[in-house]
Order: sequence, then structure tokens, then C-alpha cells
Amino acid sequence: MTGQAADVVIVGGGLMGAATAFFLRRRGLSAILLERGLIGQQASGVNFGNVRRQGRFLPQLPLANRAREIWGRLPELIGEDVEFLALGHIRVCFSEADAAVLEAHARDVRDYGLELEIISRNALRDRFPYFSPEVVAGSLSPDDGHANPRLVAPAFGRAAVRAGAVVRENTEVTSIAKVGEDFVVETAGGGRYRAPVVLVCSGAWAGDMAARLGEAVPFAVHGPQMAVTEPLPYRIEPSIGVYSKDRTDGIYLRQVTRGNVVYGGGWRGAAHADTQRAYADPAVTLKQFAKLNRIVPALARARIIRTWSGIEGYPGDDLPVIGPSAAVPGLFYAFGFCGHGFQLGPGVGDVMAELIATGATSTPIEAFHIRRFAAATG
Amino acid sequence: MAKPVKPSPVVVVIGAGPAGTRTAERLVAAGLRPVVVDEGRRGGGQIYRRQPDGFRRPATDLYGFEAGKATALHRDFDALAGRIDYRPETLAWHLQDGAVHLARDGRSTAVRYDALVLATGATDRVMPVPGWTRPGVFGLGGAQIALKAQACAIGGRVVFLGTGPLLYLVAYQYAKAGALVEAVLDTSPWSRRLAAMPALAARPAMLAKGMYYAGWLAARRVPVLTGVTPLGIDGDAHVTGVRILDSAGRARRFDGDAVGLGFGLRSETQLADLARCRFAFDPLARQWLPETDPDGRTSTPGVYLAGDGARILGADAAEVSGRLAACAVLRDLGRPVADGEIDGLRRAGRAMQRFRHGLETAFPWPVRLAAGLPDDTVVCRCEAVTAGELRRTASELGAPEVNRAKAFSRVGMGRCQGRYCGLAGAEVLAAALGVPVESVGRQRGQGPVKPLPTTTEFAS
Repeated sequence: MTGQAADVVIVGGGLMGAATAFFLRRRGLSAILLERGLIGQQASGVNFGNVRRQGRFLPQLPLANRAREIWGRLPELIGEDVEFLALGHIRVCFSEADAAVLEAHARDVRDYGLELEIISRNALRDRFPYFSPEVVAGSLSPDDGHANPRLVAPAFGRAAVRAGAVVRENTEVTSIAKVGEDFVVETAGGGRYRAPVVLVCSGAWAGDMAARLGEAVPFAVHGPQMAVTEPLPYRIEPSIGVYSKDRTDGIYLRQVTRGNVVYGGGWRGAAHADTQRAYADPAVTLKQFAKLNRIVPALARARIIRTWSGIEGYPGDDLPVIGPSAAVPGLFYAFGFCGHGFQLGPGVGDVMAELIATGATSTPIEAFHIRRFAAATG
Repeated sequence: MAKPVKPSPVVVVIGAGPAGTRTAERLVAAGLRPVVVDEGRRGGGQIYRRQPDGFRRPATDLYGFEAGKATALHRDFDALAGRIDYRPETLAWHLQDGAVHLARDGRSTAVRYDALVLATGATDRVMPVPGWTRPGVFGLGGAQIALKAQACAIGGRVVFLGTGPLLYLVAYQYAKAGALVEAVLDTSPWSRRLAAMPALAARPAMLAKGMYYAGWLAARRVPVLTGVTPLGIDGDAHVTGVRILDSAGRARRFDGDAVGLGFGLRSETQLADLARCRFAFDPLARQWLPETDPDGRTSTPGVYLAGDGARILGADAAEVSGRLAACAVLRDLGRPVADGEIDGLRRAGRAMQRFRHGLETAFPWPVRLAAGLPDDTVVCRCEAVTAGELRRTASELGAPEVNRAKAFSRVGMGRCQGRYCGLAGAEVLAAALGVPVESVGRQRGQGPVKPLPTTTEFAS
């Protein structure tokens, strides 16, 4: 039997858990992180890699801003490069009506300190000549960009270990119970871990855990539909997304400096939380081609070399659950990021550490409290 | 008990080499009309690859001792015309939910199947050697195809480096075709061949042919060295020569303008992986292979394997396993197949299994080279990942298995999707971790099987 006690036990070693472990150590709290597989192996490791703030639910922007500030300090903060490139994030659209939505959004986010530059068709093609003439307008967020998701969560995990956190990989949590003042967290293979605080951040598997802890949330899992091309000459610096009323237009793409173009979107696929597998659907892969080439016609000369998916959790209102439990003192949640958690990750880690250490957070996260589902689920 | 006969079952055969051809032939004999998918243009596969239209070399020039078998296979394949749904120049790029996705001429079609026979063959098995990515270095199989299909040699003065029967066969074929073979450098020691003799004697004719090639080369004073350790392939813009240690530990160099490099073959298993077949580590091949029963049934109902894509047993065994897989399909579809036919095929297959044990003993995959590979040698040529970068994923980043090493370093992430570097990369990683190679696992397969143009249209 293994086990030990700490100030906080973190259940789930995705980006949220790894970042929280790191920031808890910086606040002097001891932390044990329990991960069923390897750190950042699920949705945290296979997502698109967008470091994007525009287009978010507005009350999420303070958290996104806090995350962006941390992204800017990452190599120094965690001691490893995660290929974060702040070369801009641009949303483009194909109609004047959608351009008006982008313009309205630019006005709305200014109140949150995010400055977007609306660029009309001709100016857009002057600056980004790879866009198709069909693109009507773009909304540029110059300080955002993209990073390598395969590296970020593991780098946070290693930084947390260097800072003194205990990280147990290949350790599956089987039960979480409050015994007296403390939680006892049991793992497959007979481990028992004890802490006055537990954070559940087990992604697509957190819905079940919350339900077992008495706080059921309407919850679904979906798989993003991702692909990557062979290496092409490096031309596309910003991360790009399409805004459209037609969801199937909603492709996003970025080019890594190695030259490969990574893209996804338009459709969600099936994901299987029980078998821990999700598959890219070849029919979707084919449907995405025309949508992709419509944004950057030069990509019609490319070939894809790999497709993949992942298992992402979606609470019923397509917003994450972040904050304390409504039912159990000492219990916290950070899960269900609906495919847009990557950028938030470092911020969520910092906020959860602050919340756990001080009982409050300077960043408003009330909109994401789990109690919003209490009425719906009784 | 036979199940009820289905009205007109759709059987898809992927591959039209010796295995795929015999599968299709047997299915046709039972009254079915299988879909036969071929990346090539005219059936025959790689080993019996046909020359382009208008080329007129006789079969004995192209296939040597195997000319009779090649000609028979081509004749039998061509005789199936009209009775199979033949899809030449077609890539089976993905598989999902009982449908195989076939791309040809920019269009992709999904074909639903009742049974799928994967006869996908093999590719060269490569152990990196310092300098192996220089222009002028070719896989042995590639070198052979260039000669066979296009009547092109990879160079005028060729060094053959690696191990396995193909090393001697291709060197022989090059010399016969007029190329100057500078040396045949085999990493397997001579003593291993002696140890393998009893097993190799299971197929005396094959053994005799192997000895003939080596003897023929020696008689023409081609240096044939066994038990060598490769040091590097020299050159700048192009290959200029190969450096080795001979079996006595002496440094030697052989000049040449091209290198044929290969260490045996590896099974092409991506489609079986996409079909979610269960894999097991095969200690003989040192490769993870789909599990099959003696007749080629995988763990996925309705999916069958035949030929080198299941186990590297060579062309004759592929013909046998192709027929066997067809019998398995027919039985599972409720069609009658005589027990005697299946028993006979299984018996024929067993002698070939024994011969394979002999080959693996005589020409082992040189695992020791992986551990000794210099840090700056490229392992993954698509992504230019070196042995040192791969080792760092283990030593500094904590990667315990190949998919994690891939995520951290991009090894196996490029155009070939690990088909060329996967096995060597696993050996490098296992050596760095100090664990058996089976414990670092295998790279998960992801579609497309080969690069797919983004202009491909969905044809429903």
C-alpha cells in the first residue's frame, strides 16, 4: 500500500491539474497529483493548441487575460519552451453579416482590456496574402497565438515536481470520500491519499466523479476532428479561425515553424470516455478539406499525413465548471472546458491555487460555479 | 454449424500481390465477386511487380528463379478480369465502422464490407547508420523495385549493407544487370547461418537459391563480408562510400556511389490497427503484429490477414495464406469449404513457419546497433529527429513508451508515420531506458495510411 498526506490532492493530470499543482507549490502548499495515465495525455495533449481570447463568453475574459499574462512568462516560469508563439490570432468571416458580429465583439471585449483590430478585405489580403478573396474581414488579436499542446501539460507537471509537488502517473483514483475533516482518496492498487482539500479536474471523466460526489451536471463528451499536413513553406504566423453562423464553416488552423499546418473544426466526432478513445471520422476529414481550402486556397496543394481526435467534456451549457463545490466544503472543481480550455489552463491553475490558498480569487469566476446546475438536476 | 448464406456479401481484398491475388481467386471460385484494391497498376504486388507498358524484358530477367511463379501469378490475376471489382492505383487510406475508404484520382469512396482481407505486404526494415539519409542511399526493396519495374539502377557502383536474404538477392540482381557491386556487407555473423541450417532445411529449394546467390557473388570476386558493424555512410552531396568494422574488428572502407540498405522486412500493419485488431509482440520479428488464428482471422470480426502483412514469410507462403484467408472468409459467410483443403493449406504453411525461424536465426535484426548509434544520427528522417533527441525524451522528459516519445520529439510524426523509423526508434528508446523493447509498446496507427491530398473529394 502506498499513500501520503498533503494540503491538496489533485485528481486528474491534464493541463488544469498540472498547472494547479505548480501554482500551489509557489504558494507554499503541498500537493499530490494523481493521474490515471500520463500527464497531459488526453484532451490537454491532443487539442489544437490555440492561445486565443477573442470569441469567448465575455465573463471568461478576465480569466483568459490572466492566463495570457502567464503564457507570456512561461519559459522563465516553468523552465521549458512549449513553442508558444504570440504572433496573433485572427478570426475571419465570409459575409458582411458575420463581419458585423466580429465588429460588435471587438467593441464588447474592449471593456475587458482586449484590443482587437478589425481589418477589411483588401487590407487583410495586403497583410496576409494567403487568405482567399472570399474572406470579407478579419479580427486580429495581436498578442495571442498558439503553442504545442503535446508539451505544455507535461512541462507544467515536471515544473511542479521540481517545485516539490508529488506527481503519481499510472495511478487511477477509484474513490473520493470525506472522512472527518479530511478527504481520503483511494487509488487502484491500494493507494490511500489524505488531504483537507481535493480538486477534481479529470476532464471528460469529471462529470461522473462530480455525480458520485452528489453534484450531477448535464455532461457530454465529444471528439474534435483534427488533422495535420505535411511540412509546407512557413508562411502563416497567426493562429486562424473562421467565424460563421454555419458551424461547419468553423475551421481553425495554424502553421508550426516546422511547416506543418494543423487544423480542425467544423464538426465534432464521437468520443468514448469508457475506452479512453476517440477517433477522427474519415468522412469528416474529407468534408473539412473544402472548408480548409476556402480559407487558404494554397492549402489545396497540400497533403495531410495524420488525423486524430480526443475526448473533451461539455457541460450542458457549453461552459466549464470552475470553483468550489456547492455541497462539500474543501472540494473544488475545474473541468468541462468544452474544447476551449487550453489557453485558460495556466490561468485556471493560478486561480485555483489562489482560491484554495486564500479562500478567494481576484479573478471573477462566479459564472462557472457548479451551483448553476443545482436547480436543473435537483 | 454453417450460418445462413448471406445474399451477396461484399468482400474487400486490400492488395494484389501473391496473397491478395490468391485470396481473390479463391473467392471467385466460390462464386463471389470481391473488390480488389491495389496501389499498383496491374496486380503482382511488389515482389512480382510488373514492368510498365512497353517494356519488353523477359520474365527470367526480371524475376530470376521466380519467373515461373511470377508469370503464373500474373496470368491467374489477369484471368480474374471481369470477375472481380478491380480498383487499381487506389489507396485504402482509412477504415472505420465497417467501411474502408478508398482514394483514387482525387475521389474517395467508402465501401462497406462484410469481410475484409488485408494483404498489405511489407516494407524494408531499416536500422539507421550514420549518414543513411544521404542522397544515394536506398532501401533494398526500393533498389530492387527500381531495377524490376523501371530498369533503373540506384547507382553504377553499389555497396549493399544490412542483412537478410534480400541483401544477397538484390546484389546478385544488380550484378546480373550490369552494375558493379562493390561489396555485400552483412551484419549477421556467419556462425548464425550454420546454427540456422536445420530450420532452413525445411525448404531445401529456398536454401539452395540463397546459397547460389552468395556463391555466385563470391565467384565473381565481389567482397562478401559477414559479421560487420556499420560505422557510417560517407559523402557530402552524394554517397562516396561505406565504412565498417569487419568481423575481426578492423576498420574497412568500400567506395561506391550508391548504397542499398536493408535489414529484412517489416509487416505493413496500419490498416489492421485502424480496424482495431488486437496486437501482440512477436519476439521472433521483434515487431508488434496483429494476432491471428492459423487461417488469418483477427480479433476484429470480419477482418482477416494474409501474406507478409501478417507475418514475414515470403511470397510462396503469402499465396498459401491468401487461399487460407479466403477459406476462412467463406466459412464465416456460411459457404462450404472442404476440411481437406484447409488442412492441406495449413500443413503447407507450417513448413514455411519453420523456415522463417531459420531466417530470423541466420539474419537477426541487429538490435545492438541501436544502442550504439551516435547521438547525432538521424533516426526519423521525415522529421529529422536524431538518436540523441529521442534518448532525451527518455532521460530528461520521462517518456516511458514510444507514443510519449513521439509526442515530445516528433519521432515517427512525419510523412511515413513511423513506418520506416518505428522499429528502430523503439529499439533506441528501449536501450536508453534499459528495458525490453516490448515494454516501450508500439506507435498507434492514425489515418491516413499514406499522405492524402486535401483536394480529395468525398464520393458517396
